[in-house]
Amino acid sequence: MLAVKTNKPAQFSEEALAKAKEIIARYPEGKHKSALIPILHIAQQENDNWLSVETLDYVAQLLNLKTIEVYEVATFYSMFNLNPVGRFLLEVCHTGPCAIRGGEWLKNYLCEKLNIKPGETTTDKMFTVKGVECLGACGYAPMMQVGKYYYEHLDTPEKVDALLEQLRSRVDFKHENWVV
Amino acid sequence: MGKKILTENINIPGINTIEVYKQHGGYASVEKALKQMTPNEVVEEVKKSGLRGRGGAGFPTGMKWSFIDKKSGRPRYLICNADESEPGTFKDRYLMEKIPHLLIEGMIVSSYALESNLSFVYIRGEYKWIYEMLWKAVNEAKANGYLGHNILGTGYHLDIIIHCGAGAYICGEETALIESLEGKRGNPRIKPPFPAVNGLYNNPTVVNNVESLSAVPWIINNGGEAYTKYGVGRSTGTKLISACGNIRKPGVYEIDLSLPVKEFLFSEEYCGGIANNKQFKAIVAGGSSVPILPAELFLKTADGKDRIMSYESLNEGGFVSGTMLGSGGFIVYDEDACIVRNTWNFSHFYRHESCGQCSPCREGTAWMEKVLYKIEHGTAQAKDIDLLWSIQRNIDGNTICPLGDAAAWPVASAIRHFREEFEWHIEYPELAQRQNYGLLKSTREKLYNTETTTV
Ligand SMILES: Cc1cc2nc3c(=O)[nH]c(=O)nc-3n(C[C@H](O)[C@H](O)[C@H](O)COP(=O)(O)O)c2cc1C
Ligand code: SF4
Ligand code: FES
Repeated sequence: MLAVKTNKPAQFSEEALAKAKEIIARYPEGKHKSALIPILHIAQQENDNWLSVETLDYVAQLLNLKTIEVYEVATFYSMFNLNPVGRFLLEVCHTGPCAIRGGEWLKNYLCEKLNIKPGETTTDKMFTVKGVECLGACGYAPMMQVGKYYYEHLDTPEKVDALLEQLRSRVDFKHENWVV
Repeated sequence: MGKKILTENINIPGINTIEVYKQHGGYASVEKALKQMTPNEVVEEVKKSGLRGRGGAGFPTGMKWSFIDKKSGRPRYLICNADESEPGTFKDRYLMEKIPHLLIEGMIVSSYALESNLSFVYIRGEYKWIYEMLWKAVNEAKANGYLGHNILGTGYHLDIIIHCGAGAYICGEETALIESLEGKRGNPRIKPPFPAVNGLYNNPTVVNNVESLSAVPWIINNGGEAYTKYGVGRSTGTKLISACGNIRKPGVYEIDLSLPVKEFLFSEEYCGGIANNKQFKAIVAGGSSVPILPAELFLKTADGKDRIMSYESLNEGGFVSGTMLGSGGFIVYDEDACIVRNTWNFSHFYRHESCGQCSPCREGTAWMEKVLYKIEHGTAQAKDIDLLWSIQRNIDGNTICPLGDAAAWPVASAIRHFREEFEWHIEYPELAQRQNYGLLKSTREKLYNTETTTV
């Protein structure tokens, strides 16, 4: 998947910048490239949960890397979103152990309810549904990740509906800072 | 109740804080190792325990440690593998979430044994809240003098960095993990050289699983010899099993490695038997990569012996009629589970997670997924089963890293043990839309014998 250009400069708050510098300093001298993945996570938090070309270029500059080194990494890992996503990214596990305990049902139910296909975003830009591989919660299926946390045992329409309502009501929502 | 080595204190309220953890004997092994033992004595003690790597391969931990190059004088690194992404596996998470200091304690003692001054935990990026918890544990340990400079006045210094990944199963493979930690794509390296000689930043490195490192404090406190009292033969000690699928009580259980499989699957203390009064059909006993077994070959070996949960017993019969303990991801299938659908699902997983470096794996996993899609959706021909068999044969053993083999084995074993279910899919494609496509042969025959052609 190719990264998308927006002609909008990357956002990086003072705080985020300070955190990025602190992370770079953690690694042995000359090994600042090790900080790339954590800093891409921060960049994503700061930029509506996805990475545009501008954001990737900004990170390259910040870490003094060639842009290709950053593109290579951003395109390899599934947690980096290279296209805009909804405010809430619903990442439903669809791998075997979940699939036999309602994982397939959950993905289909969400898509039906929100009237989108996996990978798509609702027109109000509120939700994106994405099927993901095993999240390490196989015994608590069906489940999905939303932001920082896992939501497990989502085995009835009532539970899923309640969760969607709860998410919808979070008007003050900001992408959680979790990279410490 | 079996012996609990890792999880004895796990349900004590507040055990995730250093105060409560210390009240229950936490960090005693750091005091003992750093003050009373040399690094090599720690290595010897772990060797004596017979502890084997809990990440999947089961390689003896003490022996792995003894391979690290200490002579060249280059920096040495210990990396804890907390990437946990093998389908069916959710045990490392349990330890880290509930009792994070156990891992930090184990890492301090293990780093001391390896004479490493900088160690890492590589944790999968999705475990965001656990990443935070581990940093909190590291900072608490530092504030209490167990990390940083001159630990407990012994002159030893150690820092631990918690490092997050970003979603890639392949980064659990140790050389891919090292590449990823260096800020690159997770492409496995060709071995040799092994990490013990040239690992992170081209320096000697040991990679160990969360559970392996968490067993070290007990071994140092109680002695390697004491650890061998649990388990059986070369499967010493206890192991965490994450049990899921169609069982009554999914969850993480610590078991003695000599526990009979029957007791684990059916007793109230563990899995509690099959859910909804269904019959037991099949099992993937060690994470998605290990061969699937039909119920009867899991409960008893081909020559009629009762199996136990040890590395050796599960492996009895090799690939023909046995399986592996692997990572301890225990996935149980009831009579309604469709083996073809499950195999297709797994092959999708491996295709998605292949790093794409070697053609047998990159092309083979994509091809297997396609053929399995056809079989599952009723558009395949009889010869496609043999095609599938030959594709997996051509991957197995021909790749840079074991992901290729891991993709091939589930397919090979599903065909070996459930061939007639594949044939049945091809013969009656119109049944592909039915929910109970994977019924046990006997039930299916009863249900459909008179109507198969008309359904
Ligand atoms: C594709 C692949 C994925 C792996 N994933 C993991 C993992 O998530 N966690 C883990 O500890 N080991 C994993 N391993 C095994 C590691 O390569 C390595 O053997 C292990 O971390 C060593 O630790 P141990 O000796 O303590 O088990 C994986 C191996 C392969 C080939
Ligand atoms: S076997 Fe597959 S995952 Fe491993 S190096 Fe080759 S292509 Fe990559
Ligand atoms: S299969 Fe869904 S969390 Fe493991």
